[in-house]
Amino acid sequence: MANQLKCVSCGKPATVHFTQILNNKVHKVDLCEACAQEKGITTLAGFELPLDLFPPKATSEPTASAPESGLTLRCEKCGFTEADFKKTGRFGCPHCYETFKQMLGPMLDGMHKGTAHTGKVPRHAAARKEYHDRLSQLELTLASAIKDERYEDAARYRDEIAQVKQTYGKQEAAS
Amino acid sequence: MTFGSLIATPSDLTDTASSKCAIVMMTRIRLARNLASHRFPGRASPDERAEIRAACRQTIGSLPLMQPAYDLAISDLSDLQKQILVERHLISRELSASPDGAAAMISGDQTCSVMINEEDHLRIQFLRAGFQLKKTWAAINAFDTAIEDALEYAFSPTLGYLTACPTNVGTGLRASAMMHLPALVIGGHMEKVVRAVNQLGIVVRGQFGEGSDASGSIFQISNQTTLGESEEQIIKRLSAVLSSIVEHELNARARLIENDSSKLFDKIGRAYGILQNAHLLTSSEAMNLLSLVRLGIDLGIFPDSGRPLVDRLFIESQPGHIQNNAGQAQIEPALRDTLRAAQTRAAFADFAPPNFIPAIEEPPPEPDTAPSQN
Repeated sequence: MANQLKCVSCGKPATVHFTQILNNKVHKVDLCEACAQEKGITTLAGFELPLDLFPPKATSEPTASAPESGLTLRCEKCGFTEADFKKTGRFGCPHCYETFKQMLGPMLDGMHKGTAHTGKVPRHAAARKEYHDRLSQLELTLASAIKDERYEDAARYRDEIAQVKQTYGKQEAAS
Repeated sequence: MTFGSLIATPSDLTDTASSKCAIVMMTRIRLARNLASHRFPGRASPDERAEIRAACRQTIGSLPLMQPAYDLAISDLSDLQKQILVERHLISRELSASPDGAAAMISGDQTCSVMINEEDHLRIQFLRAGFQLKKTWAAINAFDTAIEDALEYAFSPTLGYLTACPTNVGTGLRASAMMHLPALVIGGHMEKVVRAVNQLGIVVRGQFGEGSDASGSIFQISNQTTLGESEEQIIKRLSAVLSSIVEHELNARARLIENDSSKLFDKIGRAYGILQNAHLLTSSEAMNLLSLVRLGIDLGIFPDSGRPLVDRLFIESQPGHIQNNAGQAQIEPALRDTLRAAQTRAAFADFAPPNFIPAIEEPPPEPDTAPSQN
């Protein structure tokens, strides 16, 4: 049970294992019966592999992605491996999206309408990100001002940092 | 609030049933959300899952909508209680089978439920009777924003809300409608509809989600993709598809009456007779008969006042609810069929007999061809 492959399309246990050789490359897909039927794989007429299973991968130039170079990706935060993902169809933690970025791209392309988020942005996350970006930028300029012995500039940056911190603190408290 | 009061309270879905809910019975939106600082539930240790639950519980329990609320740990519930929650669409089958740390928080009126430690840390769900996608989105959006004020969500500027399964990444949104489509089923058009909407990235499932059958001609229709479109775009696209399905169903009803009214009226009349007199009813037979009576209400054959009763029986004829009403620990399926028939006999004893004249004389009312505009 633990080793059961999951359907690449919906995550249910896969019962249809489809292998096709395209441009001298072997492509394997695991699907559940319903998805296989939907994609026309179980019917003889659908002997062509539906394009949306391997969107850009099948057509693009072979890239030097990690799995092909013989390394197995492993998430540094949760220890999840590529093999784990293939087995479960799920990631281990939010950081896995960063770890498995390369294999994720083509997969998302086949799964969704697009590959970039255009919807809701959490208010706080956006404010927090802006704050951290601004702060790290100011800290860099401050460090370089000190290094160059431009102490008047440094004092100004220091005040600015204090102000940014204070404003952000107030915003947080107000919301 | 205790579990007993949850069962005793009919859900908002059935109680507000009116002709506005004729074809689109219920609208539902769910959002998948995760905390930035934790592993997803499938990967988290029992201790971590307990931590996740504690954090979510504190935040969600303090929101105004959750006063009062049912605060349930899945491990504290009996199999029967879990089944009842599934039959009321308040939790998923997956949650009911989840290990320690799995929990649900359900608002007193049962229109909002939050599953904790299902596939994602949070699965927030809002239910509304009828065709109300926009209103439901506005409500769940505000609720989600209130949670985000206190909890840091896993979010990427490029990929959106990060979810355990990449099929939900982006908006994490699944909007769905539960539709009653008896004429499309009787006319044999359902397969065509399913194929057509699949092409538009819309999925059709049975009443209880993946793998469930479509007894009672009730279908769940929802968006498949979550990334690359905004929430509003997804909802607009789904609304357009739902409106067109409503139109097809109305056309199919008109055709059934025009071409073969005796056959249709015979089905409806017999359904009424069986519900009023049967002594053994399986749940799928009950669903199919109730579906025909419901169609009769839409066509003016039965008074509209019967609708809440029929909609309530759709839920209360499910095995868990029958079992619960029996008040015994475990009853045999055969006894369940007897009890179910007794329940429908009692419910239909005073139900007005069919009057087929209005259905022929005037065209069927067209209640929900367009989604409500707010």
